[in-house]
Amino acid sequence: MDDVRYEAPDSPDAASSLLAEASGGGKVFAGGTDVMVQIHAELIDPGVIVDIKKIPGTRGISKSDGAYTFGAATAGMVLIGDEGFSSTWPGVIDGVALIGSIQVKGRASVGGNLCNASPAADSTPAMIAAGAICNIVGPNGERTAPVEDIVTGPGKTSLADGEFIMSFTMPKRPAHSGDAYLRLTPRTEMDIAVVGAGVNITLDDDGTCTAARVSLGAVAPTPLLVAEAAEALIGTKVDDAALTKMGEACSAACNPISDKRGTKEYRIKTAAVIARRAAEIALERAREN
Amino acid sequence: MAKRSHITLSVNGDEYETLCEPDQSLVDVLRNELELTGTKEGCSTGDCGACSVRLDGDLVCSCLVLGVEAEGKEIETIEGMAPSPDELHPLQTKFLEINGLQCGICTPGILVAAKALLEKNPNPTETEIRFWLAGNLCRCTGYDKIIRSVQAAAEEMRKG
Repeated sequence: MDDVRYEAPDSPDAASSLLAEASGGGKVFAGGTDVMVQIHAELIDPGVIVDIKKIPGTRGISKSDGAYTFGAATAGMVLIGDEGFSSTWPGVIDGVALIGSIQVKGRASVGGNLCNASPAADSTPAMIAAGAICNIVGPNGERTAPVEDIVTGPGKTSLADGEFIMSFTMPKRPAHSGDAYLRLTPRTEMDIAVVGAGVNITLDDDGTCTAARVSLGAVAPTPLLVAEAAEALIGTKVDDAALTKMGEACSAACNPISDKRGTKEYRIKTAAVIARRAAEIALERAREN
Repeated sequence: MAKRSHITLSVNGDEYETLCEPDQSLVDVLRNELELTGTKEGCSTGDCGACSVRLDGDLVCSCLVLGVEAEGKEIETIEGMAPSPDELHPLQTKFLEINGLQCGICTPGILVAAKALLEKNPNPTETEIRFWLAGNLCRCTGYDKIIRSVQAAAEEMRKG
């Protein structure tokens, strides 16, 4: 660890320049709950640590024209404590609430959870199911990308040199919409998902599903958006047959590894169970509004 | 040798100035630069909670915070918990009475975390206490006496 610098720029352009100049040797720093561990374990040796939290827009929650935008570095506890956001996106909050301890959530952010690019990140499938959009800044200006386009493999993202995520914009929420995230872990707290599932559904006035998104975590090198699982729900009353078909589509989409948390076969089988349970919670929530 | 940064921070209401390395953790700055050794470093990876402090009111693991980030911030540590040298905080008193500690390494972090809980929720259930303290590991007590100490302190504090 020689000659590491710490920079806390107050503009997106300055942060982007620092990262671009470092050409891969820069590390975006938000809550630090992954980066500090990686530095301590000497898994990374950044030339420059770029703390993005002083850039306006990287922290905090706002609502415009019915759609929420929140800073990518907003601490989990801030999202959990925001009553409006929590009641609109309870499934995202399910995911955020499972990220480590209260202490970790006092710092850890959804942007960090996404860009750390673990296949088992808890907030990522929930954000993918929600249809959240990343607002990205880089040397060539601003662009947007859906959350499911960010992670390309374990620890790898599609962000170019100098790019970082400033904030996330959630879609407007139609009536009768609900989302949920569930994970399977041996312990209730402080664990890493064996399987995670995020489900987001919208119903019409008669209770027929008009839109759905289903996302899985920890069952492939990246979090998955499973279109076939969503299609199994759309146009149905989200009844037993539809939920079974959705579960089968989830199992079919899995491409997991066997590790100490579970075998490949166990993950494939339980993905259907966890996704079904998440869908049932999302359904209940959709019926409540 | 990396360039050291000059930082000014408030710890338990006292102003401190110090120099720290760009990648030095806050727990390391507290213990080794400011010589406030009440905060313990256990795992250094945010799993054990021994280094719990408040950062502008937020409960955090100080092993996962950079010292340089503390510039201009208010930190609260275990050293600031007792109201005076002659008087303990109710949490400290109850941990002593009920034996909510054995070796004591986890205790400063647990007390800081429990204080944050009781400020937010003066009457937590056992389940709420257990979930709130899930990030504070104790290898001695088996947790039961910790939970009972927090409940007893909460009751005491509710009486005012």
